[in-house]
Amino acid sequence: MSPDDPILLEVDNLQVSFATPRGTLHAVQGVSLALEQGKTLGIVGESGSGKTVLSRAIMGLLPRHSATQTGSVRYRGQEILNAPDDELRKLWGTQIAMVFQDPMTSLNPVLRIGQQITEPLKLHLKLGRHEAKETAISLLTQVGIPSPQERFNAYPGQLSGGMRQRVIIAIALACAPRLLMADEPTTGLDVTVQAQILDLLTTLRFRRQMAMILVTHDLGVVATRTDEIIVMYAGNVVERAPTNVLFSRMKMPYTEALLRSMPRIANPSHTRLHAIEGRPPDLIAPPAGCPFAPRCPYAQDKCRNEKPPLVLSDDPGHSYACWFPLNTPASTKVTVPS
Amino acid sequence: MTETLRSSFGPESVLLAPHIEEPPEKKRLGPLFWICVGWIGLIILIAIIANLLPLPNPSFQNYSAPQNAGPGWGHLLGTDDLNRDIFSRLIFGSRVSLVVGFGGALLGLILGGVPAMISGYRRGRVDTFLNTTSYVLLAFPAIVGVLSIVAFWGHDLWKITIIIGVFSGPLIFRVVRAATLSYSTRDFVLAAKALGASDTRILAREILPNILPTIISFGLIAVATIIVTEGTLAFLGLSVQPPIPSWGNMLNESASLLAGGKGQNNPWLVIFPAGAMFSLLFALNVVADKLRSHFDVTEVKL
Amino acid sequence: MVKYIAKRVVLLIIIIFFVSVASFFLVHLLPGNPAVTILGPNDTAQNAAILNHQLGLDKPLIDQYFIWIGHVFQGNLGQSFTTHQTTVSIIKQSFPVDVELIVISQLIAFLVAFPMAMTASRRPNKLFDQVANSTTFGMLALPPFVIAPVFVLLFAVQWHVFPGPASYVPISQNFWSNLHTMLLPSIVLAMGSIVLYFRLLRNDLIATLQEDFITMARSKGLSDRRIMWRHALRPSSVSFLASVGVTIGGLLAGTFVVELLLQLPGLGFQLISSTNQDDYTVVQGITLFVAVAIVLLNFLVDFIFTIVDPRIARD
Repeated sequence: MSPDDPILLEVDNLQVSFATPRGTLHAVQGVSLALEQGKTLGIVGESGSGKTVLSRAIMGLLPRHSATQTGSVRYRGQEILNAPDDELRKLWGTQIAMVFQDPMTSLNPVLRIGQQITEPLKLHLKLGRHEAKETAISLLTQVGIPSPQERFNAYPGQLSGGMRQRVIIAIALACAPRLLMADEPTTGLDVTVQAQILDLLTTLRFRRQMAMILVTHDLGVVATRTDEIIVMYAGNVVERAPTNVLFSRMKMPYTEALLRSMPRIANPSHTRLHAIEGRPPDLIAPPAGCPFAPRCPYAQDKCRNEKPPLVLSDDPGHSYACWFPLNTPASTKVTVPS
Repeated sequence: MTETLRSSFGPESVLLAPHIEEPPEKKRLGPLFWICVGWIGLIILIAIIANLLPLPNPSFQNYSAPQNAGPGWGHLLGTDDLNRDIFSRLIFGSRVSLVVGFGGALLGLILGGVPAMISGYRRGRVDTFLNTTSYVLLAFPAIVGVLSIVAFWGHDLWKITIIIGVFSGPLIFRVVRAATLSYSTRDFVLAAKALGASDTRILAREILPNILPTIISFGLIAVATIIVTEGTLAFLGLSVQPPIPSWGNMLNESASLLAGGKGQNNPWLVIFPAGAMFSLLFALNVVADKLRSHFDVTEVKL
Repeated sequence: MVKYIAKRVVLLIIIIFFVSVASFFLVHLLPGNPAVTILGPNDTAQNAAILNHQLGLDKPLIDQYFIWIGHVFQGNLGQSFTTHQTTVSIIKQSFPVDVELIVISQLIAFLVAFPMAMTASRRPNKLFDQVANSTTFGMLALPPFVIAPVFVLLFAVQWHVFPGPASYVPISQNFWSNLHTMLLPSIVLAMGSIVLYFRLLRNDLIATLQEDFITMARSKGLSDRRIMWRHALRPSSVSFLASVGVTIGGLLAGTFVVELLLQLPGLGFQLISSTNQDDYTVVQGITLFVAVAIVLLNFLVDFIFTIVDPRIARD
């Protein structure tokens, strides 16, 4: 595959399941996607939708002894699903990197952050001590950490949550990967800090022409920062579309419900928060039919009995899995788009 | 699905880093457990009915039998250097370990466990005092104390049982107290109290049944530890004296032979008591460990 | 923090006081008349009474205790009735043997348990881990007095790999011979420690390896070895180091056993000989010394911990 080939990452019918005492848990049930160089993909879903498992599976970080992974994941043409660790290690850090969710626990508490940044630099790029330190400090500056010289010697415990997350981003970007996976990078941070981190990611991504996958439960996060969005529910992709298409012409009731549950600044205060009723289904014994049916306000008998396949709509690149998509004569209710 | 253990990533995290401590199958009391229970029971049974069995007198020095013989027809496990039957000595010798082990553990449970329950439940100044005392007592290396006292007081079986039992008191105190503490603040205890139950009743009906698995499992470990202590004493020549057999002093005799020179060496005199001791200790540890992991509700399940 | 240390020092003083009382009374509350013992049963009762008075044994016990403590603080632990050697010099010459035993045995335990734990924690509950767990479990049922005779039988008598009993060579005389004699007893002593170290480290490592920062380190492309050594080992070492003090106390019984079996001239051997000869001054002295040494060691370990990890002080 030539380096100019636009497709960076291809996932084909990826399925991930875990053996548990109660049975096999189907965390990801057949997900396919493609990501081009320099583009951003957002993966959105509730807790338990399988989005984190998906991101980990793509990277190859799932513990092999407990996870069964089938399908195909190709990075620049190279099959990486179930590849042996030493193969993956050539990619980790240098080609693909991950920004983790919890800055508290993702940094080694007993090592200085400078060490944690220079480690991959020395290892992968073979930089000398001095060069590595300079590069690390410059990285710290790029992620917006003040006084990077002093912070270099700090321990993670001495930094605030937002700063730690920036350090994690610095570590991830240290070797200039082409693909960045950001798994809930802002959950747990203050709202103001969240925006800063997301903007930082977007800026860096643009500057370095990286591709990025942004995994989150918050539609608001991906609204303006992604090129394409995948909506996941109970281990399945239920809708996929370029971002603006998704928001303007969404087809899947679940997507609509997600959108509605976002609190809006424009709403008058004390507006009731709209929560989606019910709970996600049991992934060990998935029910027949559409997984969202029990909670869908438009559900009909067909939804409960047959699982809708992912089909293409009229818009290019927009697919959805619903028997009675929104805004079509087939659905019984007509909804006002946001 | 949401039996989570590492919550940093939400309920999905249970899928990402499944807890890999003990796989669930191990929680069953397996066949090994029952074999060990059976073995311990067998040893106890034989020790009790030893007098009824057709065994030669363990102290009888039979000069018509070969000296230091290996296992053979007349003497199942051979004879030692004083022409005594090893098999018989082994069986009668088990009595020492069993009596000291179980007797001492029982004594320790009474001396240490009972105050621990009361003190741990009531708390207050008495509890602080007892707790600090147990801490202080534990600081003294027990083996040295036991050794000195036994050396100067006497080697009788009952004396040794009492001494080692008393010395095991502080540790049992701490364990039982900790277990009591973990239950005494629970709601069901408060409920019983609110219904007017007396302290004794609460201790006996609410707390005791809950800490019983811990007590039994730790008690077995105590038995094993006490057997080791007595065995060590016997090996040092400070437990029951020959001709009364004990596994420890059989090893002591074999040790002097080893020191004496190769001529009088009888490997069986080392192997059989060592093997017997090993089997008993191993069985006790297995039973204690399986019980503990079976009843330990705080261990994380997947 | 200072308050915590002060509390611990007070506790230490109480413990040492208790230990001294216990050492003193251990011998004195028991039947037998030391004077008679010294003179032998064939001497007259009158001489025994005179000696009794001379030794101050007719004074009230409390007074005797304080006299004894007074002597202790002056460095006088009395002398042996049989050899007339001062207890202090007996201790001085025997102590190094024990130190050597402890050092070598812990080193061996370390060198065995560490790699075992690291390998086992990489693939928990798989073959190696199961085997390692079972083996260490088996070691629990092999206390020194059981395994030492077996080892001596095999390695010294049958196969002549190590020297047998009564072949101790002081380290000042010949380094390699000394090592040769100390190796077998050290291995015997190491076994109990191997079990403890292995379990602690393995459990700690498994817990640490599940932490998020380990996954992060993996995603940085670091090798398994590097992750183990650089990232996992340090946070896991804490509980292991904390057990050092406990371990040494537990080694005591084993030390006595191997010293007796192989006739190594350490404190244990001395203690037992003295008890057999009713040489109560020496017994007292050694008991006090050993007990105080262990208490101090534990205190020191605790103290170091508070420095290394200040969180402990807050608990």
